[in-house]
Amino acid sequence: MTAEHHTAGPDIAGPGRWNAGVIPYAEMGYYEPDYVPKDTDVLAAFRISPQPGVPPEEAGAAVAGESSTATWTVVWTDRLTAYEHYQAKCYRVDPVPGREGEYIAYIAYDIDLFEEGSIPNLTSSIIGNVFGFKALRALRLEDMRIPLAYVKTFQGPPHGIVMEREYLNKYGRPLLGATTKPKLGLSARNYGRVVYEALRGGLDFTKDDENINSQPFMRWRDRFLFTMEAVHRATERTGEIKGHYLNVTAATMEDMYERADFAKELGSVIVMIDLTVGYTAMHSMSRWARKNGVILHLHRAGHGTYTRQKTHGVSFRVISKWCRLIGVDHIHAGTVVGKLEGDPSMVRGYYDTLRESRIPLDLSQGIYFDQDWGSMPGTMPVASGGIHAGQMHQLLGYLGEDVVLQFGGGTIGHPSGVAAGATANRVAVEAMIKARNEGRDFVREGEDILTDAAKQCRELQVALDTWGDITFNYESTDTPDVVVTPTA
Amino acid sequence: MRITQGTFSYLPDFTDDEIGAQIQYAIDQGWAVAIEFSDDPHPRNVLWEMWGLPMFDIADASAGLHEVTACRAAHPDHYIRVMAYDASLGRQTTALSFIVNRPAHEPGFRLDRQEAPDRRIHYTLHSYAADQPSGERYATNGARGET
Repeated sequence: MTAEHHTAGPDIAGPGRWNAGVIPYAEMGYYEPDYVPKDTDVLAAFRISPQPGVPPEEAGAAVAGESSTATWTVVWTDRLTAYEHYQAKCYRVDPVPGREGEYIAYIAYDIDLFEEGSIPNLTSSIIGNVFGFKALRALRLEDMRIPLAYVKTFQGPPHGIVMEREYLNKYGRPLLGATTKPKLGLSARNYGRVVYEALRGGLDFTKDDENINSQPFMRWRDRFLFTMEAVHRATERTGEIKGHYLNVTAATMEDMYERADFAKELGSVIVMIDLTVGYTAMHSMSRWARKNGVILHLHRAGHGTYTRQKTHGVSFRVISKWCRLIGVDHIHAGTVVGKLEGDPSMVRGYYDTLRESRIPLDLSQGIYFDQDWGSMPGTMPVASGGIHAGQMHQLLGYLGEDVVLQFGGGTIGHPSGVAAGATANRVAVEAMIKARNEGRDFVREGEDILTDAAKQCRELQVALDTWGDITFNYESTDTPDVVVTPTA
Repeated sequence: MRITQGTFSYLPDFTDDEIGAQIQYAIDQGWAVAIEFSDDPHPRNVLWEMWGLPMFDIADASAGLHEVTACRAAHPDHYIRVMAYDASLGRQTTALSFIVNRPAHEPGFRLDRQEAPDRRIHYTLHSYAADQPSGERYATNGARGET
């Protein structure tokens, strides 16, 4: 497709549609402004940046075409099919306010285009070829509406938020975690020490880092043995259920199953995988987790390569939807206030997408469609990266209660030790929940609430003295078009 | 040791006013309030005894607090917790759960290790209190020599 073809295209009315050669996608039936999407259609909102001279409707039609039935030229074999049924339809193209040359193209796909319960199949269509398409300078998948009929072909999270809380016997407050630091180099025995101290001090979970798998300095089996000793010892010390996300990410499914089975045998309540294993492996592990009664944690390693830039890639809210369908119990979804990318309203959109049953269209949160999850369980979002006890009021205000707050440096870097860091975080979160439930304006009065709590908790006082004024104030890259909100 | 189950175990024990404020919050959310007690603090012991039925329709916190007081009088040496239950669609689970009474002395747990080949260990958590029959686990006045 080129601009020349568009301006000097062949006569495609009637039988001309089937003349050999190249005709504009829009005229092949991939642009239908009068189309009314069906309840069962998969819908996608793409941010398109057409090359100069390419009309936006044609670019939208090209995306619809290339992500469904079309190829670059007319093929007579289309006539062996009910092709209109299988053609994706670009039914709306809106210019993006304040951003010249960018448009949101809405595209509808019939549900018959997709294999039931298969994210690899869905994504091979929707993002398969089209992101390298020359007629577009850039392309971003902003959002998808997964119709309930397609949602129902997935089982979703193996446990979900409700079951996880009942399993852990922990209610009414965010769960607390920490990533073991340093990320690389600890021997298994030293690693177990960090886990034990953090858990006995008051955290619910500790975590392997995404790049801790089975390196020469610490092989997976040794880590699992020493870590589970630490987990059980901390349970004994506190009378509370504790867990450590044992990262079973490996080169093959056979290796992952072997590691996960061993984690289960040692009594771990949870295992972990990285997004880098791919959608098929994630789905296989989801089935394993459901079958074996082990919670499944997902680290979104690598997502920033395609989620961060505003004009090209796939929004994290779409990744969130795919991950909820595949079925993970935890997923890292941003902190707002920490060290990693995350505009407050966009992060809210991710959290709602993961946790709620029905999410209404809200462009200020980057949500382009109503989404109905039916009765699919929610995925627990995880906030991790550069957060500390002194931000507890903001964290609770932005992220709510059904979240795992992960303080890695903010636990292990405590001057009085790992357990003291854990206690500081636990006291801070309990004090904030107590204040919220008592009706206080906890976001506004947060610092006072923490200061008061610290009077009875030396560990918290030291944490506030150490990190109280640390913030990460950088402008977000991925922001909504409708309302511009600065990072807190 | 101090068992740290529940939403608020790391804060100083709540006064009745503070307990009442949490109960009031639960009522304001439309949650049912329940009181449960147990002398088996194993973290996998989900089924504490119910102190009556959950209170679905109480108007204010005083009724809930009244039951907390009554349960404490009947079971001064047990763990007692206040639970709030959210019956809304999509949740239908406990929304808040915190301990409002605990034995004067909590003997805690022992970790039993069953060693298996290849360095595998099977862990079992053993509650010292559960060595005695239920009802005799946390006797007052040092009846079993406890302080």
